[in-house]
Amino acid sequence: MSSETEKILTTDGIPLEESLKQAEKKNKIKAFLLVAPLLLFLIITYMIPIGDMFSRSIDDKMVTNMLPKTYKAMENWDGKELPPEEVFEAFYLDYKILVKNKTAGKLQTQLNYEKNGFKSVLKKLARKQKKFEEGNYKEQIMKVHKRWRNVEYWRAIKRRAPSYTYSKYLKGVDMYSNEDGKIVQVSEDRRIHRILWIRTVEVAFFVTLFCFLMAYPIAHLLATLPMKYSNLLMICVLLPFWTSLLVRTASWMILLQQQGIVNDFFVWTGLVADDNRPEMMYNKTGTYVAMTQILLPFMVLPLYSVMKTISPSLMRAGKSLGATPAVAFFKVYFPLTIPGIGAGCLLVFILAIGYYITPALVGGASGTLISNQIAYHMKSTLDWSFASAMGLMLLTGVLVIYWIYNKLVGVDNIKLG
Amino acid sequence: MALPKYTEPHYRIWHYFYLLICGCVFFFLIAPLFVIFPLSFNAEEFLVFSDGMKRLDPDAFSLRWYKDMIYGTKNPWGLAARNSFIIAIFATLGSIILGTLAALGLSSRHMPYKGLIMAILISPMIVPLIISGVAIFFFMAKVGLAATHLGIILAHIILGTPFVVITVTATLSGFDHSITRAASSLGSSPYNTFMKITLPLILPGVISGGLFAFVTSFDEVVVVLFLAGLDNTTIPIQMWTGLREQLSPTILAVATCLILLSVFILLTAELLRRRSERLRGINR
Repeated sequence: MSSETEKILTTDGIPLEESLKQAEKKNKIKAFLLVAPLLLFLIITYMIPIGDMFSRSIDDKMVTNMLPKTYKAMENWDGKELPPEEVFEAFYLDYKILVKNKTAGKLQTQLNYEKNGFKSVLKKLARKQKKFEEGNYKEQIMKVHKRWRNVEYWRAIKRRAPSYTYSKYLKGVDMYSNEDGKIVQVSEDRRIHRILWIRTVEVAFFVTLFCFLMAYPIAHLLATLPMKYSNLLMICVLLPFWTSLLVRTASWMILLQQQGIVNDFFVWTGLVADDNRPEMMYNKTGTYVAMTQILLPFMVLPLYSVMKTISPSLMRAGKSLGATPAVAFFKVYFPLTIPGIGAGCLLVFILAIGYYITPALVGGASGTLISNQIAYHMKSTLDWSFASAMGLMLLTGVLVIYWIYNKLVGVDNIKLG
Repeated sequence: MALPKYTEPHYRIWHYFYLLICGCVFFFLIAPLFVIFPLSFNAEEFLVFSDGMKRLDPDAFSLRWYKDMIYGTKNPWGLAARNSFIIAIFATLGSIILGTLAALGLSSRHMPYKGLIMAILISPMIVPLIISGVAIFFFMAKVGLAATHLGIILAHIILGTPFVVITVTATLSGFDHSITRAASSLGSSPYNTFMKITLPLILPGVISGGLFAFVTSFDEVVVVLFLAGLDNTTIPIQMWTGLREQLSPTILAVATCLILLSVFILLTAELLRRRSERLRGINR
């Protein structure tokens, strides 16, 4: 059919197909150029810095930079017996510079992490090395302390050779790699991070559950009431939604304090004695109550927008076919609202799992979450690589949830307002 | 929602129970906001209702804390408010411009890798704020923009654009592209077409996205906490410090002003939403 002569030509004499392709290509470039500014901006100021967090979290060049000659000399050492003379010489030269620059303390601390008791050995060497004579450093160093004859100490130095480490990630789940290179748990009384992870997931889960249980009835009411009433009630959802997070947290701090209104109410009803007012703030209860109220609109709005599209005649049809109201609800109405439930739960869970402000203000010690720990290491201990590692672990968790959600419900089904 | 006469009694009970639950939830949502109003007019320093207030004694109420907010000697609220508005306005403008352009490109059917690019563009909304805060702080510290207004504005543009992208893309989904084609066929330049045809039609979406961006910036604490120096303090930062150190009634006066601001924003957003639905022909 399609011979060369039959090809349709445009007025310029170019085959139509080609002309169309060119136009398409032009449009593609045009569309891309519109997106490009924001895309570039986000990649430079946001995506790359997140990647930078990763390199920061595994960065461990401190010791490598302090002992450059030693590591170079150690390359050929198999680690079975004591290292040869040139390693001793290189170590002596490196260490001499560190002592001269007064930075030997850092090395002592770092190597002591690797092998207990290394600090005192190194300190002694720092004192004695001034009197060292040239040549035969192996003998001289081993004479300073008998532990230098122990191959374990040299292995410890070699173990620190890689300029990257995953120890920050291990620390994030309360583990560390011990002297033999095995990964073990830290002692029981120091396992603080695991508790935080569990608590974060627990709080996020229950806040999502409470939000769902409270949002479902009111979203249903809003979707079924006539417009003029539902618009009015919608304000109750939208006003908190638009109000500053800190304002809402502040109001909970007033309500939940020991002399606060909620406690007054409990005393008035006789549920608790006046001199025995319960602590409702600075613990988990405070976190739960405040977070549920603050995140509730994020559950109501997607549910509402899905319920709005469900025709009331479907329920009537179910009932007219003999279903009781309960059966009609569970067999007809509920399955249709699943996209809304999915969107709302995903939104609330993801927001809750990274919550920082509210737990920090009303959570006290037992109500803080993993985000608070990240902020603490960013601002107080300045252990930025650990903060980065924890942040990336949290991010991975969020992305996994997002991925599972996408598999189960499909992100396209999300409806926001 | 009156029930029909033939409703069975147990279903009737269930229905009233359901209404009761809904009432409680609405109360739970809205009531906390109303605690702040009366307490901000408290004549005393404590954050509980004094006996005088319970008796509605006029002497128990005063504008003392509002005066303190505005004229107080050591109060940082003036500087904070100015910074907050400057940062939020510029961040909103930046978000609107970048976000609208990107949404226009994204809703073109010629756009390659649409899914991936959309995922990148809205990622600041999905990634927990604390992580965004850490990442943005590292970047700003590296390029020397930490503790500057510009750094905070850029950070808020990052956080604000996803909202603009989403709202404008949604507005464009009901957009009839043949109108712009008609304009071009009548000899209008692309710029002219955008200004005269496209922009007026998508304006409600642009403005409501801008409102989101404004509120996001105006209310943002986590990232600013990492970025702000002493000169860049904002209202949320001041509230945060105040709430952590000592809950003073002045904070409640500020909070009342913020609630009034959010009422204003809510009304604007609602009006825009209705206008947009009318323009897109979604009438119910």
